[in-house]
Amino acid sequence: MEPILEVRDLVKQYPAVRAVDGVSFTIAPGICFGLLGPNGAGKTTTVEIMEGVTPATSGQVLYRGEPLGARFRAEAGIQFQKTALQDFVTVRETLAMFRHLYPAGRDVDEVMRLCSLEALADRDNRKLSGGQMQRLLLAVALVNDPQVLFLDEPTTGLDPQARRNFWDLIRSIKAERRTILLTTHYMEEAYYLCDVIAIMDHGRIIAAGTPARLLAQHFNDVVLELPRADFPGDPQQFPLPVLASGVRVEISTADVETALRTLLERGVSLRRLQIRPRNLEDLFLELTGRELRT
Amino acid sequence: MNLRRMLAVLQARNFEFLRDRSTLVFNVLLPLGLVIAFAVIFGGQQRPLFKIGVVSAAETALDAGLHPFLGTRHVDFYRVPAAELDDTIRKVERHQVDLLLDLRDAPRYWVNADSPKGYLAEKLLLESATGASRQPVSGAAVRYVDWLLPGVLGMNMMFSCLFGVGYVVVRYRKSGFLRRLSATPLTAMEFGVAQVVSRLGLCLGVSVLVYAVLALLVDFRNDGSLLLLFLTAAIGAISMIALGFMVAARITSEELANGVLNLLSWPMMLLSGVWFSLEGAPGWLRIAAEALPLTQLLNAARAIMLDGAGLADILPRLAALAAMAALFLSIAAAGFRWRAD
Repeated sequence: MEPILEVRDLVKQYPAVRAVDGVSFTIAPGICFGLLGPNGAGKTTTVEIMEGVTPATSGQVLYRGEPLGARFRAEAGIQFQKTALQDFVTVRETLAMFRHLYPAGRDVDEVMRLCSLEALADRDNRKLSGGQMQRLLLAVALVNDPQVLFLDEPTTGLDPQARRNFWDLIRSIKAERRTILLTTHYMEEAYYLCDVIAIMDHGRIIAAGTPARLLAQHFNDVVLELPRADFPGDPQQFPLPVLASGVRVEISTADVETALRTLLERGVSLRRLQIRPRNLEDLFLELTGRELRT
Repeated sequence: MNLRRMLAVLQARNFEFLRDRSTLVFNVLLPLGLVIAFAVIFGGQQRPLFKIGVVSAAETALDAGLHPFLGTRHVDFYRVPAAELDDTIRKVERHQVDLLLDLRDAPRYWVNADSPKGYLAEKLLLESATGASRQPVSGAAVRYVDWLLPGVLGMNMMFSCLFGVGYVVVRYRKSGFLRRLSATPLTAMEFGVAQVVSRLGLCLGVSVLVYAVLALLVDFRNDGSLLLLFLTAAIGAISMIALGFMVAARITSEELANGVLNLLSWPMMLLSGVWFSLEGAPGWLRIAAEALPLTQLLNAARAIMLDGAGLADILPRLAALAAMAALFLSIAAAGFRWRAD
């Protein structure tokens, strides 16, 4: 199928840093594409170039095979990481203003219903909570009934209820066969929402594909989790690959029986053992390293 | 230019402004207080010095060597170009200039016998020399309040126009609101026109209110058409808002915007004739002052109010203001920056 968005050899050079260093990928229509990476990996710069709000140093972004233009601006819905709206203006008035900037789109009441904003319709923007503001910013992004929706870390700073609520909302938009480009820090979010993910680091894409295929490609093991207190000695001394040893110790193994035997032989109680499959967070840490970024 | 998009931004901006009560009240009360204070302070007074215009052969110094009268101390002698003789005679009629002396051939002088200072200036002249031929004129005085009122109204408009639109645009840019708008089909020109129209409405509303209150409280002169005065104020305000928008087109910090706007507004306040007229100032300064929108606005407003000028008389000034507005707005739209970084 013809991609709805295509990125070719994108480069963004700032005076001190090459934020995006030759990025290429395509997004098929109707999918949710997740762009993941640590802080400073170049995700937001990449997305902003794709949104047409930041010029690229070189490379190209194509929307339906053509460079970004009037059609893209009319058909794209965008939620930036941080956007201030006008003070002293209500939710309904804000949506009405944005609606009038577009030649076509959804009814303001319909968008408010979709984003659960009806009860807040007459509230001043200044008086919205973090989650309410995110819902309004999403509503603003939906007001032109976009064919492609850009969401840059939409759930950062939200409490778990608000985040779940937001995910349901995104899934209902996905169900309408709209294309979504999502950046996030939360691997759980990416796993829950994204059909395809790309992991970026140092301005480059280091892995891309469906979550299941990426996990299968990079891992053939599972993770054993045990409380640190259940180990008689230092877990690092065990003849097993230890991923993390804090309050809980994580051990990776492809051969569960042998690993369990080793643990029992060394006097580790298995009463509180948990076994879990590898997840996107493991993949993320595997690919981008565990050291803290400054 | 899409009218629907422009109107959408205009309406939201108006909601924002009208609901911000404290700012709104400040915008109305400040000019009102300012003009009333000045009217009270300066209402009845004349200027303190004798002001005497002198026409002479070019390049001769205005001192006692030219004519003994010019050696008199505490008198402001200034050179009047021969071409401005008629204009200056009118100023003598209106008591703005106390006496006009023409030394080119046989000395002649013009004096308004109804003006107390003109009377005294004439006494001084006859004290130091005799033989100049007297050219009496007459006319009602233009009091300082009549002169000052358009100046202060115009100055207030200038501050409201420059800072009002300048600050808002810089704040929008800093907060990321402009960046959000840039991701929509809205153009810089549509956004700019909406800001200009919104501020124009406020600025004219306040000016009309202040004018009406003053008309009730203070006796001042308006010999011209109110409608024409309103039109002049509108075109003048548009040009100054466009100037503020141009300043704010790329700036990302309020501090810098503040500095640049001050850099523009102070020379305008001093050179556009808000407080005193620039007669006697060097020629280059007067030419430079003509390039300032406030000068054009004040000269046109004073021509209407003090001389009863009609549309035809001030058309060149209105055209200059409209041209400035178009120029500033086009430069702003072409170089407009939506992002802060």
